[in-house]
Amino acid sequence: MSSLATPSTTGTSDVRRSTPAVEVRDLRKDFLRRDRRAGRLARRRRWPALQGVTFTIARGECVAILGQNGSGKSTLVRLLSTLLIHDGGEATIFGHDAFRESRAIRMLVNRVSVEASFFKKMSAAENLSYAARFYGMTPKQTRNRIPEILERVGFPADRRTEAMEHLSRGMQQKVALARALLTSPVLLLLDEPTTGLDPRSKLEVQDFIREVRIEHDATILLCTHDMNEAEALADRVGILDRGTLLFLEPVEDVKRRYGVATLEEAFFAATGRSFEAETDDDEERGVFG
Amino acid sequence: MTAATVTLRRELVGLAGIVERNVYLTKRYFLWDLAFMVWTIANTLTIVFIARAAGLPPAKENAFATALLVGAVIWAFLGIIFEFMTETVAWERWEGTIEYTFMAPLSRSMHLGGMGAYAVLYGLLRATILFFVVAAFIGVHVPDANFAAALALLAIASVSFIGVGMMTSVLPLISPEKGAQLGFVAQGLMLVVSGVYYPVSVMPEWMQAISKISPATYAIRGCRASIIDGAPLLWSNVWPLLVIAVVSIPLGLWIFKRGERYAKKTGKLKRSG
Repeated sequence: MSSLATPSTTGTSDVRRSTPAVEVRDLRKDFLRRDRRAGRLARRRRWPALQGVTFTIARGECVAILGQNGSGKSTLVRLLSTLLIHDGGEATIFGHDAFRESRAIRMLVNRVSVEASFFKKMSAAENLSYAARFYGMTPKQTRNRIPEILERVGFPADRRTEAMEHLSRGMQQKVALARALLTSPVLLLLDEPTTGLDPRSKLEVQDFIREVRIEHDATILLCTHDMNEAEALADRVGILDRGTLLFLEPVEDVKRRYGVATLEEAFFAATGRSFEAETDDDEERGVFG
Repeated sequence: MTAATVTLRRELVGLAGIVERNVYLTKRYFLWDLAFMVWTIANTLTIVFIARAAGLPPAKENAFATALLVGAVIWAFLGIIFEFMTETVAWERWEGTIEYTFMAPLSRSMHLGGMGAYAVLYGLLRATILFFVVAAFIGVHVPDANFAAALALLAIASVSFIGVGMMTSVLPLISPEKGAQLGFVAQGLMLVVSGVYYPVSVMPEWMQAISKISPATYAIRGCRASIIDGAPLLWSNVWPLLVIAVVSIPLGLWIFKRGERYAKKTGKLKRSG
C-alpha cells in the first residue's frame, strides 16, 4: 500500500515542530445582517458569528467541533483557511499568524467542505491536475500521483476522465478528499465532509480520514453536526453553540462532566436545547448576507 | 536554488495551472464556443455589410469595409479578454470553486496574469479566424496589409487590456448580484469612446478626451493603419499603450486586492447572489 502523499513538495518544511498545530485565542467574527422579519429596508446590524473562541490543537491530533447549523463552524473553518478576515482575537497555524502570513498558511492547510466544489464539466483527473499546479506541483510530479491518490480513495480508474457532473455525490466527495491530500497538507480542515452521503460512502470516507491521520501525520479539525462521527474519529470534541465554544475535551470527560451517557445529552445539558439539524448553516445566521 | 527562485518557479507553475484549467474548459465547452463563434461572425457581417450599402466607389467601399472589420475584430478580441477577466470571479463562484482557488498559495498577480495570458492567446486565435472568415465572405481585399505590425500592436495592447480587465474583474467580487453586468457596462463605455466603428474625431470633445485613456483607441487606430495602408508599428500608438499598461496593471492588481479584502471581511467571497 503506497503512502498517500509525501509532505515534500508544497512547503510543509515550514512547519514549526515545537509549536501547536492550531492556537486560537479569543477569536471573533461579526457579519452585518438585516433582520429578515423587519423587511428589506431594515438597517443592517452586527451579528456575531464567532464570539471569543479559544482552543489549541496539538500536532497530529484530531479534534471535532460539533454544532448545529448556524453555530459558526463554517466561519471558523473559513477563518483558518484564510477565506475570511477576523474582527478580533488571533489564530496561529504551526506558529504562523493566520491573518498576516496567509501565504505560509495556504501551503500548510487544505480543506474539504460539504460542497464538493469542482468544475463540473471537467473530469476528476483534470480538476486535480490544475489544482495541484496552484501548489507548485509540476505535470511530472502529478502524472503518477493523481492516479495513485484517486485509486487510494477508492475512485474507479475507468471514471477518471468522466465529467464530474456525472458522478454521484459520494464519488465527488472522494475526489474532494483526494484533492485536499494531493497537496500534502499538515492541517486538514474538514467541514461536514460526510453530510449528504449515503451510509456506505459515509463509512468509506470516515475510514479514509482515519488512514490519513495514521499514514500522513496530519492534524485534523473536523467540523460536523454528526455526533457519532465526531465520537468515532476525534481525540477531543467541542461544542460550538451560537458562536461560542462551550468546551473542547475528550468525549469521556464531557460525558462525566455533565453526568450523561451521550454527546447529545451533553449538548442538551450545556445549552438547554436539543441538538437538531436546522436550516442552512451560514445562510441561517445571515453570515453571507 | 535560492528561496526566491523556488517561489518564482512555484508561481509560474501556478500560472500554468490557470492556463491548463482554461484549456480543459475550452475543450469541454467546445460546442458553446463554436456557437459563440458563429454568432460573432454573423454579428460582424451585419456591421461590415454597412459598407456595401454606403454606395461608395469600389476602392473606398473596400477601405470602409476593412475599417469596420478591423473595429469589429478588435472589439471581439477585447470582449474576450474582458469576459475572461470578469469571469475570474463570476465563473468560479458559479461553479463553486472560488474558495479553493482563493485559499491556494498562488499570488493574485499570477492568478490574474494566467487568466489574462489565456484570454490573449484564445482571443487572438478567435480574432484571426473571425477576420479571415468575414474578409473572405464579404470579399475584402487587403493587398498592402502589414499583419505583423498589426499583431505586434495587438500584443502590446493586450497588456493594457488585461490591466483594465483586472479592474473590472473585481466587480463581481464586491457585488455578487450586479458585478458581472457592471463589467459589461465598463466594456460598453470603452466601445463608445474608442472609435470602433467611426473616427474618434466625430465625437464631442469631452468624449475625445476620454478616448485618450482607452487602450482600444490606439489598438484600433494602429491596426487599421497597418491593415489598410500597410503602416509599420508606429511609436505614436505604442507609447500610449505602454503608459496605460504600466499604470493599469499595478492599479488593477491593487484594486483587485482591495476588493478581495473587502469580500473576505464581509463574507462575500462565497456568496453566489
